[in-house]
Amino acid sequence: MLNENTKVPICLVIGASHAGVNFAFSLRKQGWTGSIIIFDKDPETPYHRPSLSKSYLTSADETNNNLLKSLESYEKENITLRLGVFVKKIDRINNTVITEDGAIHKYDKLVIATGARPLIPPIKGLDKATEVYTLRTAYDATTIRRKVKEDTNKRVLIIGGGYIGLEIAASLRKLGTSVTILERESRILARVTSPMMSQFFYDVHTLNGAQIHTNKNVSSITSINYTNTITCDDSTSYEAELIILGTGIIVNTELAKDAGVQIENGIKVNQACQTNDKDIYAIGDCTFHHNPHYNLFVRLESVQNAVDQAKIAAASICGKEVVYNSIPWFWSDQYDIKLQMVGLPFDCNETIIRNEEETTYKFSIWYFHNDELLAVDAINNAKAYVLGTKSIKEHLKINKTNLRDSSLKLNLANLILKK
Amino acid sequence: MPKITFITSENETISVEGTSGSVMQLAVDNDIKGIDGDCGGVCSCATCHVFIHPDHFEKTGVPGEIEKDMLELDDNVTEYSRLCCQLEISDSLDGLIVTVAQ
Repeated sequence: MLNENTKVPICLVIGASHAGVNFAFSLRKQGWTGSIIIFDKDPETPYHRPSLSKSYLTSADETNNNLLKSLESYEKENITLRLGVFVKKIDRINNTVITEDGAIHKYDKLVIATGARPLIPPIKGLDKATEVYTLRTAYDATTIRRKVKEDTNKRVLIIGGGYIGLEIAASLRKLGTSVTILERESRILARVTSPMMSQFFYDVHTLNGAQIHTNKNVSSITSINYTNTITCDDSTSYEAELIILGTGIIVNTELAKDAGVQIENGIKVNQACQTNDKDIYAIGDCTFHHNPHYNLFVRLESVQNAVDQAKIAAASICGKEVVYNSIPWFWSDQYDIKLQMVGLPFDCNETIIRNEEETTYKFSIWYFHNDELLAVDAINNAKAYVLGTKSIKEHLKINKTNLRDSSLKLNLANLILKK
Repeated sequence: MPKITFITSENETISVEGTSGSVMQLAVDNDIKGIDGDCGGVCSCATCHVFIHPDHFEKTGVPGEIEKDMLELDDNVTEYSRLCCQLEISDSLDGLIVTVAQ
């Protein structure tokens, strides 16, 4: 349905995120001739987030070299960026959004790409602590980089041993900063990977001089003369000038929820990334969606999901019949270690560890449910990642005996069970 | 400044100059169709696949181990395939012609 006043259809996007920006360009590619306007409260030209905890932190270069697209590209594709603008309300009755300045913006199609924000844990004294940071935005990363560089004697304590915390730790260790990580669970990465991978990263960080303490539930922080004392519920305590929180995220569902859009563990979307309102789509980290390959409803925080859902939503809005059906993939770079993951290891009842003969820093973990390969985690082993991706996609049956045998080359001929 | 020419899948020929960064970044900055660079240039997504002009392969050299394996994600891989996020712009790349993979 066309907008009555202008007759030119308008697509509004909330969030100039990886998902939001990719969506806008995909929509043009799909042939949308109407307006495309992207709102984001972040004033920066849209940028890649994954590098913020990695190369961006260690970079000596103060210029922003991680833009998603050049400004000229937005002009060329006639995509309007409204940066530094906060959207405060979605009005589904009138098909409008309202920005903080009170302006009303009509839409024919609305795409919510609001992502997530860092979760601030309820720790006594945290609000009065000096120099506490989270890392989600370019501003956060720039601030942390500046603070660490202006006084290299500052000690950093990271609360939370998930990917973000560990990547920050690796980057700061590269800069020579003293880093301590406190993890609440009995192992780092407890929520997201297998015990062996947790142990591997524990060892890597320890070798590189980061201190990791597990089973540490932070209960209070006191701050005197710019030094924070972080106390855990087992009465141990640690001192640091800088505290970085890597304690998870909260999905930005409030705008959608207040408008009556269906929410579960994120904004609920169908196979075309459409919400329960036919004119409103949601994409990226904020969505709760169905993955057909695994027949699971999931919420994923990843570039893959952002890009693939962006393409699906764009195609659907342009009238194509599409189904989101991707195999999720992720990566993490820490020190000289490249971790690549493909698939979702839910329902796993067998894991096979394959070590390569040349080095201990090259191996892969293969996750199965009976004979079905679910997921592969590969350390410095893109070959395992690629073979895993192909095998999962095509439901190929793996020869587990050959997989375990590191004297056999890792290739499809050795890996796939002959029918 | 090194000049690099991209031939897109729509047979468009675009020549651009760059000073630093990767060929992938240069392509994204100049809106070269078919080069996405989803991972931001860390050899994790294989969305910046190009074919090096056969006469120019000595300019770029062969892919590294991880890059070579990542190229296998694409069924169209050839002996001239590279992920252009792994090509650092320098004077030695001046005149390079690459074709964007489908």
